[in-house]
Amino acid sequence: MARMKFLCDADRCIDCNACVTACKNENEVPWGINRRRVVTLNDGLPGERSVSMACMHCTDAPCAAVCPVSCIFPTEEGVVLHSKDLCIGCGYCFYACPFGAPQYPHIGNFGSRGKMDKCTFCAGGGGTEVSGSAEEFKKYGANRLAQGKLPLCAEMCSTKSLLAGDGDIIAQIYKERVLRRGYGSGAWGWMTAYHV
Amino acid sequence: MGSAKFTNEAAYLNRKFAAFWGTNNSDHQARICHSTTVTGVANTWGYGAMTNSYNDIRNAKTIMIMGGNPAEAHPVSLQHILEGKELNRANMIVIDPRLTRTAAHANEFLRVRPGTHIATIYGMLWHIFKNGWEDKEFMRQRVYGLEDVLPEVEKWTPAEVERVTGLPESQVRHVAEVFATERPSTLIWAMGQTQFATGTANVRASCLLLLATGNVGGYGSGANIFRGHTNVQGATDLGLDVTSLPLYYGLAEEAWQHWCRVWEVDYNWVLSRFVDKKFMETPGIPSTRWFDATLLPKDQVSQPDTLKAMFVMGHGANTITRMPESVRGIEKLDLLVVCDPYPTSWAVLSERKNGTYLLPACTSFEMAGSRTASNRSLQWGEQIVKPVFESRNDYDIMHMLARKLGFAEQLFKNIKVENGAVSAEDILREINRGGWSTGYCGQSPERLKAHMKNQNKFDLVTMRAPKSDPEVGGDYYGLPWPCWGTPELRHPGTPVLYNTNLSVADGGGTFRARFGVERVVKRKVVENGQEIEKEVHENLLADGSYSLGSEIKDGYPEFTLGVLKKLGWDKDLTAQELAIIQRVGGAKPDTVSWSTDLSGGIQRVAIKHGCSPYGNAKARMIAWNLPDPVPVHREPIYTPRPDLVSDYPTLPDARQFRVPNIGFTVQKAAVDKTIVKDFPLILSSGRLVEYEGGGEETRSNRWLAELKQEMFVEINPADAAERGIADDSWVWVTGPESHSKARMKALVTERVGKGLAWMPFHFAGWWQGVDQRSKYPKGADPYVLGESVNGLTTYGFDPATGMQEPKATLCQIRAG
Repeated sequence: MARMKFLCDADRCIDCNACVTACKNENEVPWGINRRRVVTLNDGLPGERSVSMACMHCTDAPCAAVCPVSCIFPTEEGVVLHSKDLCIGCGYCFYACPFGAPQYPHIGNFGSRGKMDKCTFCAGGGGTEVSGSAEEFKKYGANRLAQGKLPLCAEMCSTKSLLAGDGDIIAQIYKERVLRRGYGSGAWGWMTAYHV
Repeated sequence: MGSAKFTNEAAYLNRKFAAFWGTNNSDHQARICHSTTVTGVANTWGYGAMTNSYNDIRNAKTIMIMGGNPAEAHPVSLQHILEGKELNRANMIVIDPRLTRTAAHANEFLRVRPGTHIATIYGMLWHIFKNGWEDKEFMRQRVYGLEDVLPEVEKWTPAEVERVTGLPESQVRHVAEVFATERPSTLIWAMGQTQFATGTANVRASCLLLLATGNVGGYGSGANIFRGHTNVQGATDLGLDVTSLPLYYGLAEEAWQHWCRVWEVDYNWVLSRFVDKKFMETPGIPSTRWFDATLLPKDQVSQPDTLKAMFVMGHGANTITRMPESVRGIEKLDLLVVCDPYPTSWAVLSERKNGTYLLPACTSFEMAGSRTASNRSLQWGEQIVKPVFESRNDYDIMHMLARKLGFAEQLFKNIKVENGAVSAEDILREINRGGWSTGYCGQSPERLKAHMKNQNKFDLVTMRAPKSDPEVGGDYYGLPWPCWGTPELRHPGTPVLYNTNLSVADGGGTFRARFGVERVVKRKVVENGQEIEKEVHENLLADGSYSLGSEIKDGYPEFTLGVLKKLGWDKDLTAQELAIIQRVGGAKPDTVSWSTDLSGGIQRVAIKHGCSPYGNAKARMIAWNLPDPVPVHREPIYTPRPDLVSDYPTLPDARQFRVPNIGFTVQKAAVDKTIVKDFPLILSSGRLVEYEGGGEETRSNRWLAELKQEMFVEINPADAAERGIADDSWVWVTGPESHSKARMKALVTERVGKGLAWMPFHFAGWWQGVDQRSKYPKGADPYVLGESVNGLTTYGFDPATGMQEPKATLCQIRAG
């Protein structure tokens, strides 16, 4: 079984936000919730680099480790999903996550948090809804993986900077690129997310 | 006014509509986009379009971007640019006033002062000629006018280049060497060259660099001119232009006669629609000058009356400079019709109440039709969704209007209209029947639809399908124009213009013989030891250069029936072709040419013998019909360097496009009044990736609106500190004309150098500090509103095209 991963080639990312917009539209993510975002370092300075970040679907995901209700779990393909029925919006996962992935809608006074929301690798939700159902879409967004499709953010990437899919295959694509062009700033976040 | 969002068919229909209504006041976004490119580049080597393609950039060894930020304006093009950089370890050089998102990926970035492109290019050429890096053989065979350019190059010593541009000698020399010696090299540009009062001369300077280094007509080289919108290339080609009928035929009587034959309407009937013949053949009022034509006294506007009515289809008001004048213009119009999916800035800018109509047009996703990409490839788009609410598509709107105006029968003579629905396919077939001049003749709807169905068969880099394919075999994707002859000839399209390494039948070509076969000019020559001035006849045709398989092994003029007869090739014409040629030519069939022959026979026979239908000439370094035949550096109208104006003034005042151009007077007044004291910062403008054009559509998209919620001005930390301005604080920006002012957020960043302020141009809906949201019809207001940069931009027009100057003016910024 393939192990699904994301890889953003920072030498290719141009901060065009196609990934962000694709994610928003495909999953109908409301204003204020950012499952994916582009982070730019040294903005406007020599050496400026951008990288597209979302939930990396970590091995031994720290969010899952700290969740008091154990609503976060990896699928067989390594995609980290969660159940919004179990989630209590405590925010522990946000503090545990090295990538700032978990998001929470404001649902009441004093900034009280709603159910956690994050990138699902376009693989639907971790609840009891039927895979690919309208109920699942409403709660978690698209389930492209069930249809044999990859996350739309990577599919829509203008420069093929953002890669998604079987970790071995995308690592191979990236290695070949670095060898061919003679430079690479490394697979950002991979040490942290996948211990490699 | 038409739109770059139109399909090819809607653009063509719109221009035809204007002709039948009896006006040449027909324009669209290309005026403020690449009108200067079209004029400058076409006047150099024949056609004013991208010579190669995005995909072909993968073949380059040097990629130089001067005046473009494709990472934001053309994000997908970066895939090809970065692949090129990676595959060939190509040099990627960016020359720009800002360290753009594109520059962040370059191997080398040169920060240049806005409005000094020509000086920069001459600075490079100075080193190239001094070191012998030029391509002598290429120029001997294929380039005319080098000796006219050299004296200008000599003036641009490294010291003078640094004085004007701010670029040190070492940088200029280095990029000149790389560009000239690490070939193939491509030069990429967009609005950073075109949007100046010297725009046409700017792009001509770029052409000189490409010609001197032999970088035109091969893979990985060329002028890769990035066009915008969904279809600004096609809308330009199809004549939404005040100077031409569709496909660059111009406005002379032969052009009208040609199109009247295609339209099958009587020339005299069309003539009767105009005030008179002179008016019919005179360029109209460009989109940049409409309010001048409205506001100026009647005797200063060269038409029977001032401009009284605007019918605007898919064009924002806030992309045009000098908006305070625009507001007054809108108020003075008798009639304003905004035909658009959005009310746009036209609807809210003024206090106008009466005589204003909003007609709901659907987007181009809601109709079928073809679009032409920057690389000249056509793609057929099917209707994706039915028009929402009561909106109508562009074809049907123009049909309804033509019926009311009484010329629908003539306008749609050969175009099927069923139950009020116009056939886009039939319009394209009519374009094919008349589009010989630009090779829009071979791309039938059937061929384009076959390409869409077989997209997977085309190679990513060569764009070609395998010859064995039964449906699209041997074709280049989208049949990039020129796609010669009738669709039945099955010409594959031309992926790289002027490429002599391929036969014309295979997509090759030569430089176009557009400017005659010889030039008579006075030259100083030495005879018997004495220098005398002598009239010489100089050959403009190619010298020993020809495309693969050409039976003529030298230059040759454009093909006419007369030329075919001289060569004895007229025998190859079929009886039917000859009959059509004779019908077109009447008493003078020998003058019928490759561009007016409605049979396609002349093109077919020329190609059969390996020749380009349009001839085989030299590219022109000197374009004697332009205001500056050889490019000359001229300071922007509002320059931060008034000390340079005496050496490099703008051109004298003159009348152009039915209105006066008083750029010289304005520049002189600005210098005399030392305007730069009160407005010390350069103001430039450009694209954001999140928004597009005037931004009404994209600011109404909730995903995009979330990403960029406020109008802002980029200012250097040093300039901000002098003014006590903090990042993300409110500022007032003022401009030197019409007491203009605008309020927005400051973005303090070293992206801009000291002395430069930069703003995006996509915002509207705020005016001089006041939110105008309440003026939009309920529910039609975009999510994001903001001040328009063009509320601050100023006078300045390119004499050859009417292009505005939003890339270099002056402003002041204060906290507030």
